[in-house]
Amino acid sequence: MSMHRRQVVKRLLENRGELLVVAGLGSTAWDVTAAGDTPLNFPTWGAMGQAAMMGLGLALARPKRRVLVITGDGEMLMGLGSLATIGVQRPGNLAIVVIDNERYGETGMQETHTAAGVDLEGVAKACALTVIDWESVLGQPGPTFAVAKVVPEKIPLVLPPREGALLKARFRRALLGPEADLI
Amino acid sequence: MWPDQIHAELAAASVRFVGYVPDAGHKRLIELCEADKSMRAVVLSTEEEGIGLAAGAWLGGERTVLLMQSSGVGNIVNVLGMVKECRFPLVTIVTMRGEEGEFNPWQVPMGQATRAVLEAMGTVVHRPANAEDIAPAVNAALRLAFHSYASAAVLIPQRAIGIKSFQEQASQ
Repeated sequence: MSMHRRQVVKRLLENRGELLVVAGLGSTAWDVTAAGDTPLNFPTWGAMGQAAMMGLGLALARPKRRVLVITGDGEMLMGLGSLATIGVQRPGNLAIVVIDNERYGETGMQETHTAAGVDLEGVAKACALTVIDWESVLGQPGPTFAVAKVVPEKIPLVLPPREGALLKARFRRALLGPEADLI
Repeated sequence: MWPDQIHAELAAASVRFVGYVPDAGHKRLIELCEADKSMRAVVLSTEEEGIGLAAGAWLGGERTVLLMQSSGVGNIVNVLGMVKECRFPLVTIVTMRGEEGEFNPWQVPMGQATRAVLEAMGTVVHRPANAEDIAPAVNAALRLAFHSYASAAVLIPQRAIGIKSFQEQASQ
């Protein structure tokens, strides 16, 4: 059953509490922003393929905080090796949700490999992540992984700030306090 | 030995994560980092993952150093754009191949392009000439990265690593 991406992301982020969020570039960055821009989001505008690894670095650095990576199928496909690396490191506080519309949404809605049946959950399972339904991804010890199949749709952009240094600095200050500037 | 000296520099700089794709020239340093309880060595499936790891760890307040071979520099080019745009501090310690005495011709193109590629993407390159200059170069790179929010690399010359054949590399 396919859902609407903004509804899935909104549900994931309601009552988010102290959740730390990394969003893959493009549509998932807009989805996360539509749910409410906050300093504890790190929406990427580039570095395609690295969202899950950024989540890993953050999760290992702050093991007492829950970290959620929300990314697209195209972005995840570019970083499949990172699932193997995460499966080795096994951070208990990391969750990954792939919003899978089976399309490259920013470039003309071309089909990704998942449209042809490539099974991201199968890859994650083979890498020893806990594959689970997306609504439960934050309720189980990590590393958890879920795919939310969504309808391909063109919807209004909701853009976060673009400047990378700003996104970094506001995230660190919100997470680490004023000390962030002195580390 | 220079790997022990590099490890001492990383420990003194409170480096918490060491991301690596192995290289024979980094063997000793990887072992030292694996054995050091104050560090977490993270083996990567490709060097590019190290940039994501370092960026995420810095968002969480921790320092990361990456270890790779010169061929790996080719794998991180696009994501170095994020390092520059976000001013993430980054130290990359690169063991060089494709220099004087190279025994694998496939290593030569990337080895010869390593410095230019890093500099094109805004990384400050330190290239110590001799083994005794390596630890001071790492010290300088660590200070540049973590005090000035820069991307800094140290290229360890193939001559200092001293591996001259496949047989010698395999018997490391």
